[in-house]
Amino acid sequence: MGNEAIAYGAIEAGVQVAAAYPGTPSSEVLSTLAGLAREKGFYAEWSVNEKVALEVAAGAAYAGARSLAAMKQVGLNVASDPLMSLAYIGVKGGLVLVVADDPGPHSSQTEQDTRLFARFAKLPVLDPATPREALEMTKYAFDLSEKLLLPVILRPTTRTCHACQDVEIQDGNASLQPISGFQRSPNWVIFPNLSARKHVWLNGQQEVARDSFESSPFNQLTINKQSDVGIIACGVSYNYVMEALQLTGLAASVLKIGTPYPLPAGPVLKLLQHAKKILVIEEQEPVVEDQVIALAWKNRYTTQISGKNDNHSPREGEFNVNKVRSILESFYGRQPEQAATFTAPELPLRTPVLCAGCSHRASFYILKEAARGKDTLFAGDIGCYTLGAMAPLYTTDTCLCMGASVSIAAGLSRVEPHRKQVAFLGDSTFFHSGIPGLINAVHNGANITLIILDNSTTAMTGHQSHPGLNRTAMGPTDRSIDIARMAEACGVEFVRVADPFDLKTAMQVAKEALAFDGPSVVVMQRACVAQMKKGRRRRINPDLCTGCGACVDELGCPAIGKPAGSPEILDNCFGCGFCDQVCPVGAIEEV
Amino acid sequence: MKLDIVISGVGGQGSVLASRALAGAGMGLGLDVRTSEIIGMAQREGSVTSQVRIGEQLFGATIPDHEADILLGFELAETIRALPKLKPGGVIIASSSAIVPVSVQLGISSYDREAMRRYLREQPGKVVLLDLDELAKSAGNIKTGNVIILGALSTLPGLPFEPEQLQQAVLNLIPEKLQNTNKRAFEVGRRAMEVA
Repeated sequence: MGNEAIAYGAIEAGVQVAAAYPGTPSSEVLSTLAGLAREKGFYAEWSVNEKVALEVAAGAAYAGARSLAAMKQVGLNVASDPLMSLAYIGVKGGLVLVVADDPGPHSSQTEQDTRLFARFAKLPVLDPATPREALEMTKYAFDLSEKLLLPVILRPTTRTCHACQDVEIQDGNASLQPISGFQRSPNWVIFPNLSARKHVWLNGQQEVARDSFESSPFNQLTINKQSDVGIIACGVSYNYVMEALQLTGLAASVLKIGTPYPLPAGPVLKLLQHAKKILVIEEQEPVVEDQVIALAWKNRYTTQISGKNDNHSPREGEFNVNKVRSILESFYGRQPEQAATFTAPELPLRTPVLCAGCSHRASFYILKEAARGKDTLFAGDIGCYTLGAMAPLYTTDTCLCMGASVSIAAGLSRVEPHRKQVAFLGDSTFFHSGIPGLINAVHNGANITLIILDNSTTAMTGHQSHPGLNRTAMGPTDRSIDIARMAEACGVEFVRVADPFDLKTAMQVAKEALAFDGPSVVVMQRACVAQMKKGRRRRINPDLCTGCGACVDELGCPAIGKPAGSPEILDNCFGCGFCDQVCPVGAIEEV
Repeated sequence: MKLDIVISGVGGQGSVLASRALAGAGMGLGLDVRTSEIIGMAQREGSVTSQVRIGEQLFGATIPDHEADILLGFELAETIRALPKLKPGGVIIASSSAIVPVSVQLGISSYDREAMRRYLREQPGKVVLLDLDELAKSAGNIKTGNVIILGALSTLPGLPFEPEQLQQAVLNLIPEKLQNTNKRAFEVGRRAMEVA
């Protein structure tokens, strides 16, 4: 897998400290590193958020260690504050920042293009087309970082991160270079006069990076003397371009770009000399295209340059061979092949749902019931529990970004005091960025109820550790931070812990929390089903069932259906027993 | 040599394991392999598609539309959803059983099994529908549907690997205590093709 290849690349480069916050499609970079950390003799951690991860990596790099931070594109927003300053301060040991982009998007709030962020931060960025290239680029990125004294961004996209390829790895232990140690210097302290000087240096480093990329093997020009068309293909798009050319039989010179910023001039100028028309194929933003246009203008080339700016290719969505093929065909003025029409029977809507036995379902049900008859808004957050927005729970009215639920609820409470504002937050998200919002709500006296859905894991991204657990990325620990006590320490007067599968008690607690004047917190505690043993399966006693359908319509559990008209509990029942308590006539019982 | 296989199913059915086993078998022959999956929100009960490419001189990991040689369907409706990937006349080996999504139970959408089975049987290539639930029960573990379909696949002519090589690639990914169950599941899949 591409993410594993990046991890092995880092190990081969002698990484000494690695830190990350999980997020699809980036998570496997650190989970792979963590799994090998003890054996290979380096340090790996799941940090509470991306800003912290980058700062941990930066600290290690200040002392001369090779370090890596990993996150997804929206995570980079959280880390942007240290990133921008770090570009001015620079590093001593190589620092590679892996930021996985998710064009599509498959599992993200945005489709933002990290290459633009790299340009904004004035940092070089590498864009691997395949897992094999991702491994090579990671090793190269460490060397480049030490040469430039700057962090280097490796920006794979989903189809590199989650693609698998046969990749050769070195099995032995990497030779960890001796760490030179932190040396005191005013150059590590970002005062304005230092920034003013370092900004000039940083701008100069853009040209050094550009020169380094001139001879990079990650940029390859193949001239086709028979064709006056040039295609510039970036990252994974290179694969789509090559396959589309093969399928259509179209001829072109192709410049593969693996170093989108700063773009080296040499290979582009060679292509400009040869081609009469150039088409730039890159996902998301016209990062390379804009640089090619500037380069052509500066060098007085009148070559036609196409791509995003003249609407030949879209700025939204993920590419694939078919999309690239039709972009190519229209560029060459060819009639695209008619796609076969698809007259299948109607297919069911199949969206992801909370698992059978997931305690979040119970928590949402309880809050919905506890708020019945009251005008209540539910602010949601990022995690499995975002699925609370789906039918039939409908308990997520807003969702913005990690940790925002509590502050959004507080903001709403200022202008809609007649409504009760409820915020939901997961345990990992609480540590990630929920705590400042909670402290703010307490300090400013926001009348909100925060429900912390504590399932003792970071479930959505693959069960990574967080500070509330007695394990770290590298193994067990006896240090865990109690969420309820943390909320009390934030100054919340009403803090209760409840088991969402104890409907009666949890409902009572929820009602008290909603009635409390001022910020209140309920920690709904129940481990994630993916990490639990199954309970006793349930069945519906047909003699007692009135067929009211509450178990199906209120819960939306994938283990309760009506295959033959009346409700039935299916094979995938997890045995959580929550439906027993919801059934108004007590018709659900243990098998 | 080029073999493009699409695997479609529902999160939790083991399509990732199946794609890794196919890739492992391909690698054992010294061929280039690529696989691609989208993981994340589709992990649980959502639609999942895996793609496997085995051959020489491969580019990307995703198969263009209408180019896959074989479609392995772990669930009835999801098999149809993935059909645009299959080349005209391509081979389909699929489960005839349904995993009915919550949306159907809630009355938001519908699921017509008979219409779907009929539609699949009308496809131009070789189409084999297996009662995967029953076969998995006979193998002794309801979760072995993925391995049964790989067993069924292994009977097709023209594959680059021998059945034993694919079976070994599967077993390489399976914990010790489940080896026998999965060996059995692979054989159940092979036998099902003799009957089908």
